[in-house]
Amino acid sequence: MAKTNNVMIEQGTKMKLGVSDKIIRSLGYVLLSVYALACIFPFLLIVGTSFTSETVIRAEGVKLIPKEFTLQAYQMVVKGGGIWKAYLLTMILTAIGTFLGLGIIAMTGYALQRKDFPFRNVISFYIYFTTLFSAGLAPYYLLMTQTYHLKDSYLAVLLPLLMSPWLIILMKNYVRAIPHEITESGKIDGAGDMRIFTSLILPMLKPALATIGLFLAMGYWNEWYQSSLFLSSKVDVKPLQYTLYEVVNKMDALKNSVAGQYVTMADIPTESVKMANAILATGPIIFLYPFVQKYFISGITVGAVKG
Amino acid sequence: MKRSKKMTLIQKVIKYKVLLLMCLPAIVFFFAFSYMPLPGIYVAFVKFNYGSGIFGSKFIGLKNFEFLFTSGKLFTLTRNTILYNVAFILLGNFFAVAVAILLNELRSKRFKKVSQTMMFLPYFISQVLVGILVYNILNYDSGFVNTVLTSLGLERWQPYSLANVWPPLLVLIYLWQQTGYNSIVYFAAIMGIDAETIEAARVDGANAFQKILYVILPSLKQTIVILLLFSLGGIVKGNFGLFYNIIGTNSLLYSTTDIIETFVYRATMSDFNFSTASAVGLYQSVIGFVIVMTVNFIVKKLEPDYSLF
Repeated sequence: MAKTNNVMIEQGTKMKLGVSDKIIRSLGYVLLSVYALACIFPFLLIVGTSFTSETVIRAEGVKLIPKEFTLQAYQMVVKGGGIWKAYLLTMILTAIGTFLGLGIIAMTGYALQRKDFPFRNVISFYIYFTTLFSAGLAPYYLLMTQTYHLKDSYLAVLLPLLMSPWLIILMKNYVRAIPHEITESGKIDGAGDMRIFTSLILPMLKPALATIGLFLAMGYWNEWYQSSLFLSSKVDVKPLQYTLYEVVNKMDALKNSVAGQYVTMADIPTESVKMANAILATGPIIFLYPFVQKYFISGITVGAVKG
Repeated sequence: MKRSKKMTLIQKVIKYKVLLLMCLPAIVFFFAFSYMPLPGIYVAFVKFNYGSGIFGSKFIGLKNFEFLFTSGKLFTLTRNTILYNVAFILLGNFFAVAVAILLNELRSKRFKKVSQTMMFLPYFISQVLVGILVYNILNYDSGFVNTVLTSLGLERWQPYSLANVWPPLLVLIYLWQQTGYNSIVYFAAIMGIDAETIEAARVDGANAFQKILYVILPSLKQTIVILLLFSLGGIVKGNFGLFYNIIGTNSLLYSTTDIIETFVYRATMSDFNFSTASAVGLYQSVIGFVIVMTVNFIVKKLEPDYSLF
């Protein structure tokens, strides 16, 4: 009720609100509050779990607010040490991949949007076709491992995530908004195509670079799929999310093998350790993303237009 | 005669060599990772043998497909994949539109901003984490649901061994993860509606319900139809990350949760049965291709501006 009144005061001077306006607004506040809380609830729950001692979890289950606050799980994760190496590897892959991918996507996006470039339709279709028909997982896996010999190589994670047809189309949509006269003026001044791109076009593409760079960075940070395909147990350090995946599944496997018994083996990662790992692997994203959210939003609205 | 005006291919290449070079890394990339695997599709027609490689293995024609069809496996996988996608697409768009419309009705900027930030959060996390979040809520030993059930004196629930509960659960999890983000497109479309149109409706005495029903929804119709059609184009493509991280290799749940992608992944990575995996993959690609072409044909008839090619 209080909320509806506030709305009325805001709007009061303009016009009187009808009953249906009030209903819709109250409904909006209630439903959206419930949905928004539901969105963050599972996160709060793993935070709670990670600070709860294992004996309490076993006796009473998972709760939002820990009965006794403990840092045990975090101490175990930090002592294990593996997660820092995974962090470092993921940061390196993210930095290289985002930088390289962004450069290639920007160049391609610009060239394919140049009206005078006679090959632009052919190349656009060549790129777009890959979304229409693909060979599927098995031929891809055999090619990567048998022909390219990328099994157990970090390149198998770095390279496939460099770009996607969707990101190139997104870049083309951003470039389209830049007037062609800019390129023309560069030409008149005698600048070459590369020069026009680097000194005239790139500075105007800053929002596009931020958006697409963030999509790329998110892809690398959240990557687990290529790792699961190509990085076997021979590789000691794996990307962060796949490390997390292995921590969780190692535990399940051990649990199933001793089903029905109470185990106190120290090497079984416990529920709280699992959640502490999850929080450490996700933390940076959660803190960063409210600040970069607007770039993702711009990405989806610009990307909705066809290439 | 013609040549006098038009450049030859070589002349064009020379004149635009810098632009071509700018596209070269992308051309090489898609060649290496998307076109090079295509000949490997042949593995679907052989009895694959590691030692002899794809092209040295024995050709057996359509045998790999025959088994998949007669065993009913392909039917189950296709049915699961399509039914999940239908639910994802229809409910996903319904809720995305609803969220966008409700957001638009609210006046508190602060509320809009904070709630949107919360709603987008699930979209930005890895699928691995989604699997863990779900596990932490649903697992039998200590999951949140069972904590609550126990404290209420009720019997514990064991969803990880009940196949029937997963279709609604997976749809719910999908909606949880995607609705906020999907609502952005519709929210932007509503913002794009001519302010005068809405003002005119108000002056004519339209209340909020009428405004939504007769002004906002009709102007969203085109966006909704186009987005629905294009999602239909991907109807045989499953959301592998979601299913694999939540269901994993829990075979108790396969009857209701195995989709084309999860089957192909297991056939490739655990059974090393590349021929079967590839046969299913090829079947999926061909069906998907036909559907996209059909959808594009329809869009072209309805709204030529929005067609893909």
